[in-house]
Amino acid sequence: MNLGGAFYLGLRYLKRRPLKTFLLAGSIGLAFFLPAAIGVVVKSAETHLRSRADTTPLLLGAPGSPLELVFNALYYSKPGITRFTMGEASAARLDNQTRIIPIYARYHSQGARIVGTTLDYFRFRNLGVVEGQFMTRLGDCVVGAKLAREKGIKPGDHVISSPEAMFDIAGVYPLKMRVTGVLASNGGPDDSAIFTDLKTTWVIEGLAHGHEKVKDAQASEILKDEGDNVVFNASVLEYNEVTEENIGSFHFHGDPDTFPITAAIVAPGSEKTRTILLGRYQDAEKGNQLIVPSAVMDDLFATVFQVRNIVVAALALVGIAAFVIAWLVFLLSNRLREKEFHSLRQIGADPVSLRFLVAFEGGFVLCASLALAALLLILLQAMAPLAVKSLVGG
Amino acid sequence: MIACRDLQFRYPGESFSFHLPSLEVAERETVAVVGPSGCGKTTLLRLISGILLPQSGDVRAGGEAVNRLGQKARQRFRIRTIGLVFQEFELLDYLTVRDNILLPYRISSALNIDGEARERAGALAEGTGIGAYLKRYPHELSQGERQRVALCRALVTRPKLILADEPTGSLDPDNQERIIALMRQQAAEAGATLVMVTHDHSILEGFDRTVELPKMLIHEPQPDQIPPAREGGVA
Repeated sequence: MNLGGAFYLGLRYLKRRPLKTFLLAGSIGLAFFLPAAIGVVVKSAETHLRSRADTTPLLLGAPGSPLELVFNALYYSKPGITRFTMGEASAARLDNQTRIIPIYARYHSQGARIVGTTLDYFRFRNLGVVEGQFMTRLGDCVVGAKLAREKGIKPGDHVISSPEAMFDIAGVYPLKMRVTGVLASNGGPDDSAIFTDLKTTWVIEGLAHGHEKVKDAQASEILKDEGDNVVFNASVLEYNEVTEENIGSFHFHGDPDTFPITAAIVAPGSEKTRTILLGRYQDAEKGNQLIVPSAVMDDLFATVFQVRNIVVAALALVGIAAFVIAWLVFLLSNRLREKEFHSLRQIGADPVSLRFLVAFEGGFVLCASLALAALLLILLQAMAPLAVKSLVGG
Repeated sequence: MIACRDLQFRYPGESFSFHLPSLEVAERETVAVVGPSGCGKTTLLRLISGILLPQSGDVRAGGEAVNRLGQKARQRFRIRTIGLVFQEFELLDYLTVRDNILLPYRISSALNIDGEARERAGALAEGTGIGAYLKRYPHELSQGERQRVALCRALVTRPKLILADEPTGSLDPDNQERIIALMRQQAAEAGATLVMVTHDHSILEGFDRTVELPKMLIHEPQPDQIPPAREGGVA
């Protein structure tokens, strides 16, 4: 038996039939790859989602889906969730050690989420600025590292909030915000967000505004006079940017405690406070929900794992079928090569050499398919975190 | 070199019956085997080379009782001793001309491929006029060129016995002459015996001897009349 010769002949045969070899290796490779790929993607998603959830003790939000609340507050990806008021969030502060960090993640600027919060948020997430400084007044914002890098934003630039509804002329006007700093990267959703003071997001919402002085307004400019509340027509200029000159004219209409937020991070000062808070919000009639993000992720991944197992089992069956078909194709192609084997036998090749030749070709295809599957998995492992981030936010 | 005695062979399930009472070929002799179609010329070469085993009788070639060797031994004997040129060339379409010529070295552990073998392959290709086609594949060649590749493959191992089955069947007269001359030259240089089957009487000149096979009997086989085929009756 000449193993080197069989090896050489096998290689030459496969090289001269690249399409057949590629199709066989590709189909078997996919049969190996797909079930493993599901595992890699789920694992990557789990790592990404859990890392954020595990560092957030409690989340307070309006009644509704706990999952949507987590996605809004941690990944800024569900802007349309039910809102609750700042006052309701403040009510969760049982003692001075408990931190309540409001989050209003509803508006965006060209696809980047605008997150209204307080400076406490940056301390809580351990986020510093690498350029410039944190916001100092109404209308200021800081941007995430990735967003700054991708859009070339630097301190001193401006970002403009996008209107919610393009054709709603009575709706919220865009606000031009001054960028005061760029945040350090933490590899999470913060890198792609714009952070501003909570009050600035309420300006975007239209709950606060600034306009030119109307003390000497003509009667023709007044549409409605209700004593404390006067409505002017459009000839009175409303500011769409907060500047040093006009900041004094910005004012709120109403009690800030009644203004909306989408979520609040609650960091209890002690285990006891945590237990009391969880107990208090267990009562559904209280309205708002207080959730443990990691527990929500546990529930989510329990379901995801069940689905994954079903999908992997289905893919494994499909893979076995693909493998059997590929094997049949291989055997049939060997039948078509019977004349060639006959020639080799006549010249003097022994049956063991021929079997080795066939085994080598089969082994090569199998190894090529495994290598292909491994290569795809390596690529997927490198790309999965990015894909997961773009899907769930961050 | 070759001694056949009372050879009988029949393909399983077929009515063709081959019988050869006696054939002797001396060492270094060049013999042309002629006869009408269906007389068993190709079968004779396959019996001599051990590809087929007779139901009865004896075949000796190169000092070996070919039909008494086991399968592995027969294959080893064939690749070491015999250079075969088949009627249908039997080239591998995924190998270049060079690799087809060197094929015996690839499939046998009894032969080592080395620089000398490669040189010989090149020289044979030059000698048969296909030296420029060493990197081509069989489908890129004409019938005659493929025939020459098959001939080079048979000669590359310097066999002691060359068995050629209609080696000039696809060639024009000029190339026929060239190929026959080359075979005889190679046989003479290597001190080999040459047995060539042909139906073309115009190329018999120059052979030491011509053996004419008679038309073989064709009859309906009677199971009890057929001697039981030995194991591995068709190798």
